[in-house]
This record gives sequence, structure tokens and C-alpha cells, in this order.
Amino acid sequence: MSATVTLPAAFSFLQPYAQRWSLETERARWGARMSSSMEDLQAYYDAIFPHVEEAIAYCDKFPLDAMPEDAVNLLRMIYSFIIVSFPVELWHQPGVPDTAATDFVRISEPLP
Amino acid sequence: MARFPKPAEGSWTQHYPQLGTKPVSYEDSISPEFFELEREAIFKRAWLHVGRVEQIPKTGNFFTKEIAVARTSIIIVRGDDGEIRAFHNTCRHRGNRLVWNDLPQAEVSGTTRQFSCKYHGWRYGLDGACVFAQQEGEFFDLDKADYGLVSVHCETFAGFIFVNLSREPTQSLRDYLGPMILGIEGYPFDKMTDHYTFQVEVGANWKVFSDAFMEFYHAPIVHGGQHMPPIAAQVRKDGYEAPYYQLDGPHGVVTTAGSVHRVWEMPREMVKPADIVTHSGLFGPWDKSDLGELPKGITPGGTEPWGLSSFQFFPNFAILIWEAGWYNTHQFWPTSYNTLKFEGIVCSLPAKNASERVGREMAAVAFKEYSLQDANTLEATQLGLEARVADFWPLNDQEVLVRNFHQSVGDWVDEYQRERMKG
Repeated sequence: MSATVTLPAAFSFLQPYAQRWSLETERARWGARMSSSMEDLQAYYDAIFPHVEEAIAYCDKFPLDAMPEDAVNLLRMIYSFIIVSFPVELWHQPGVPDTAATDFVRISEPLP
Repeated sequence: MARFPKPAEGSWTQHYPQLGTKPVSYEDSISPEFFELEREAIFKRAWLHVGRVEQIPKTGNFFTKEIAVARTSIIIVRGDDGEIRAFHNTCRHRGNRLVWNDLPQAEVSGTTRQFSCKYHGWRYGLDGACVFAQQEGEFFDLDKADYGLVSVHCETFAGFIFVNLSREPTQSLRDYLGPMILGIEGYPFDKMTDHYTFQVEVGANWKVFSDAFMEFYHAPIVHGGQHMPPIAAQVRKDGYEAPYYQLDGPHGVVTTAGSVHRVWEMPREMVKPADIVTHSGLFGPWDKSDLGELPKGITPGGTEPWGLSSFQFFPNFAILIWEAGWYNTHQFWPTSYNTLKFEGIVCSLPAKNASERVGREMAAVAFKEYSLQDANTLEATQLGLEARVADFWPLNDQEVLVRNFHQSVGDWVDEYQRERMKG
């Protein structure tokens, strides 16, 4: 059983999604997207979309290199919102249409 | 009806009369024999981009680069004197690959005082000199000075490191790149250190793959779906025209007009909701990075409004400079006649806060979505070409860089064969 992912109190309503979507790397987020159903992706999108700007503003209160753990977790949830926005807003399926033969692996990225 | 003026000759292609306008053969992309010639004629003679100076800021910093097409690996290292040098990654005792971890073919990076061979323990300094041979007394008249690492010509331009695998390059890097590409010098590549790096192996010839990154004729069709439906329909109907093309020897540039990219000026219902809340999207963050005064050379032809300039460095590297204040690179490393390793890097100024980091994340995610569309389509193109059902394929004026690229490859191979005949 993995440790509970804590979010800032003001965003506790996202707690049901935190374990699945607060992920450190794009590779992990891509894996979660590709292994989700459209219902799951839509549910997460619907839960976070109205609060994305608020969540970004919350994270903006801290310097990137000294963010409290709960804010980093929230930032990772915003990244996951971005990666699920493509299936939800455009593709209507988890993967990009007509791309089954390929991948494009993110091997490095700035953190958090 | 052209939306942008064409050169006096009537087309970009005819502006460069050496290109001709005839349909072209794609035999160069489906022939294993031709690929064997390319290894020698191109990849062992052209200047090849291998990385950035910021990857090795300090003495002893190094990375290796696998250049499978030339059947070698290169060590790029910063020496005690601050100079960047390149060496073949091969121990001079019995040929073992010198620097690697776990997988001999995998690229590595790190910091060291000396390179030590995993096989018999021979050691080399940062200048490539052999400094230690295990049980030296067992050898016969061994002079370590004769057994330094084999050096590779290495020069930098605008902080990009290039190597040349020929014994003696016929041109310096700057002469090779030519005035059009030298015109981007002064762009603050060195400050844009937030890098999102991607890699994949694709089942396509390296030129078939590169072709898709030299023209935007495909963009409304392959990538149109990344817009909201009304815009997708519009771009598909309009097709694509570039405001400006330029060739400089084997290198080329295409610019795009800014209007389609200025997403933030569009009515909200035309814009992806996630783009609105993250202030970013397919063409980068909406809040433009302040990069100070930029060299005029990044907008050749003076395109205004400007969207991006895509500089194609022969043979296998490209830099795309975007109006919103970021750039990305593409690199195409052949691994066989019909496979390649594709590398893409999205680069920005370091994010100052979470908002900026979120905008960069959106741009990097969008970059992956459209790169996947390209990569998969090009596997389909390779399969179609290998069916060998036709000998010639028509190229239009928006594909002028593709035409020049294949012609340049052919010219380099011809020249190599002529020189070989002369012996």
C-alpha cells in the first residue's frame, strides 16, 4: 500500500484522484492516461477543470525550487490535467488517433 | 491563388533552377545499398550535431553519443584547459568500447578525471592521451604516446557541438553551415536551459522521416485535429502556404506566418479549453518570453507577422525558433535503411514560477501529440514506398526543401563515388 498523497487543504476535493494522477514524471502520467478508460479520463477532467487556474495560482505562491510537498503534488495534478485534456477535448480516445505503431518517450524534463 | 508573393521565377522551386520541377525517385529511401553509401558519403564526411555546451560546463564533464550509422560511438569531454574535445569511444589496447554502463550501446554522461577501460584497465586523460597500461612491462616496445584515443574533429556554433568523422574535413564548421544558418548566432540558446527531451525508434528511412519536418503542406491534414473543429475545418480547406523559403547549399529554411499561431487572439470557442486555462498550447506559451533583442537572421525574408522559422541543417538536424520565445530541435539518426532514432528537445528560459512551468508542460505535451502523428504516418509512408509500385513521385512548391534535401544527398553520394573512382 503506497503512502497517501497529500494535497493542500483548499484542494482536498481532488483527494479521490490524487493517488492515480499526482505523478512525478510524464512517463508515469502517459502510462496512467493510456491505461485509463475514457470515463475515468472524463471524470478527472471534469473534477479539476473548473479549478485549474486556482490551483496554478496556489502553486505560484512558492518558488519552484522550494515548494511544499502538498503544492508539488497539486502541480503534478495540473500536469495530469494537461495530458488528459487531449483525449477529452480532441481525440475521444486515450491515445492519439492513428499512432498505434509509435511512442515518443520523454527521457528528461525539468522538475517539479 | 497564392496568399504570399512568390519569387519572380514564379515559384520557390524555380527560383533555384538546379532543382528542376520533375517528379522524384524515392529509391534513395528504400535501397539498402544506397544506405551503405550514405554511411560513408554523408555521415563520415558532414558536420554532425551531437549536443550543447551546457551539457558539459566543467572540466571532466563528458557524454557519449552513439552514431550507429557510422558504426561508432563518440566521447565528448571538456578538458583541463576548458576546451571541448571529441574522441572515438574505443580503447586502443584491443578495441573495447571504453565508456559505457550496463549496455554497451547506451549513451552515458558524467564527470571523470580519467577514462578507464572495463576490460584490461587502460586509462586515458581528458585530452585523450594514454596515461596507464596495465602490466606495461609485459608489452613489447610499447610507447603509450602512440596509443592515445583516436580524436574526432569537433567545433561549436552558437553553443551547439558538432563533430566531423572524416580524417580531414574539407570545410570548417562555419564554412560548412554557411551565411543563412550563421545568421541565427546571437539567439540566446545558452539561456534556454529548461529542456524536455524525447526519443523514439521509428520504422522509416531517415530521409522519409526528415521530409515531414521540412514542409508544412501535411500540417492541416495530419495535425488539423489538434485544433477545435471550426479551425480544423478551416485549415484543411485553406491548405498550407509558407511565406518564405531559402536554400543555402544543402541547408534550408522555411518560415510560417504568425496569424494561425496567435491563438489568444481567436474567439474563445475556437480555442481548446485546456489552452485557455494554461495560457499555452500547440505553438507554445501565450505569454511571450522576453529574450531581448534578437538577431535578424532568425526571421529570414523578414516574415511579418511571423510564427516560426525552421532551419534545416544538412544532413540530420533542425532548429525551430518560435515567435513565442522558445525553440525546439529535431534530430534524425539512421539505424538501418528503414529505421531511425528520432530525438526532439523543447527548450525555454528556465520557468520562474509554477504558471510558467505549466505553460511549458502544455507546449511539451502538445509537441509529443503531434510528433506521434508524424512518426506513425511516416511508418506508413515507408511501407507504401517499399511496395515499389511506382518509380516517380511529384513534389509541389511547398515541398521545395524536400526536393533540395534529396538532391543534396544524391550529390554527396555521387561526389563520394567519383572520388573513390579516382582513388
